[in-house]
Amino acid sequence: MSSPSGTGAVGEAGPPRQRELLSAAEVTRIVARMAHQIIERTAPEPVVLVGIPTRGVPLAHRLADRIREFGGSSPRLGTLDITLYRDDLRRRPTRALQTTELPAGGLDDVLVVLVDDVLFSGRTVAAALDALREYGRPRAVQLAVLVDRGHRELPLRADYVGKNLPTSRDEEVGVLLVETDGTDAVVIRRSQR
Amino acid sequence: MRHLLSTADLPREVATALLDTAEALKQSLLGREVRKLPTLRGRTVVTLFYEQSTRTRASFEIAGKWMSADVVNISAGDSSVTKGESLRDTAFTLAAMGADCVVIRHPASGAAHRLADWVSTHVVNAGDGSHQHPTQALLDAATLRDRLGTLNGRTVTIVGDVLHSRVARSNIDLLITLGAHVHLVAPPTLLPWGVENWGIREARGWPVTVGHDLDAALPGTDAVMMLRVQAERMRGQFFPSAREYSINYGLTEARLALLPEHAVVLHPGPMLRGMEIAHSVADSPRAAITEQVRNGVHVRMAVLYHLLAAQEGQA
Repeated sequence: MSSPSGTGAVGEAGPPRQRELLSAAEVTRIVARMAHQIIERTAPEPVVLVGIPTRGVPLAHRLADRIREFGGSSPRLGTLDITLYRDDLRRRPTRALQTTELPAGGLDDVLVVLVDDVLFSGRTVAAALDALREYGRPRAVQLAVLVDRGHRELPLRADYVGKNLPTSRDEEVGVLLVETDGTDAVVIRRSQR
Repeated sequence: MRHLLSTADLPREVATALLDTAEALKQSLLGREVRKLPTLRGRTVVTLFYEQSTRTRASFEIAGKWMSADVVNISAGDSSVTKGESLRDTAFTLAAMGADCVVIRHPASGAAHRLADWVSTHVVNAGDGSHQHPTQALLDAATLRDRLGTLNGRTVTIVGDVLHSRVARSNIDLLITLGAHVHLVAPPTLLPWGVENWGIREARGWPVTVGHDLDAALPGTDAVMMLRVQAERMRGQFFPSAREYSINYGLTEARLALLPEHAVVLHPGPMLRGMEIAHSVADSPRAAITEQVRNGVHVRMAVLYHLLAAQEGQA
């Protein structure tokens, strides 16, 4: 699940309010670079890539494909929905739950890399760490994000960052992926709030 | 959603969202060492039962506890109700103590609706007289979705004591909302007056169909839902003898063979084995009775999640 930075429907009618920051080709290149970095830091230990829905999941799949292609190990994949662990449930309308599917063999004593699209306040990742604990005790947990847009509210940082994008708080960063949005891009837009 | 009182007020989107949430919860609890979610920490759920219950009460309690709510159980037998306290006063007492949600079962039809008017807490109807039992219908729908894939266009045959059954009423409303066709089979004395018109109201779907011949209904059904004969609600003679009822309306092994291969057998429990359902049928792999109970916990977790997790007054 994306952070409050929001990914979601692209601008409605009216003049375009959003600007493309990364093109499809750049997204592909960045994912490839992140895969190399993960291999460099972790090989020969096998990793388990755990995507956070919605867009962390296809990103985790892409990273796994690249890692396999570049001669790393064949990472196992999982999906971790963190909705039930969020600290802001009571501030918003009911959220729909998404799937959680952990790889066979569990998470005990393995190296887990959490994958998400945007790192913003850090609350999603904090919730993911809480959720992860219920499923096992990994040897270590690392974090990979496509975009780090700053404005952390918790003492967290990512181990692999695709792109640092300095933003203002009243902007929204949207990651679009073919699997979920029909196209690859990273866009920025004024918040509607 | 503020209360869950009846499946008749559930729009299709809400019913589907509840079932999807239940499914997601089931998935996320699968194979976990710690079956505990922090989602409802600090919320208090009171179950207030004026009728006996094994599975519903325990199921709500487990559902609440797995989501970290504090659950308090009150049964009329060992509470101030025996001293003459009214439902209204009991409800105010519970609300004053800080209950966020009251799950109520009561022998009077409409008790949950009355309660919802009086108190500020969320109210879940866990069975009111012969009126509604929405979480039972939801768990039946969840079980049928698991087994049949979808309810849209499926035929569900409900057999037995429809007259006294809140399970039947809740199921008819929900199944029609979800696009299923409902066929009722019962002795004429155990069918409510005007039942043929159910399902027409608000033009939500086809009307239910009614028959008295179980053998004729079985080959065309995707699921058969057996109802318990509710002797405790019967004032008068509704059928000549238990034996005759069982011969005409009991699900025997011979009748099981008339069902299509994929068809599912449901029973809300408690079962009267040998009366409405034969021992061997209840234990056969076609019967989804233990799955119903298992799904009951996830469905009730989903209901508590939708009522209690989000911001007050929203969705």
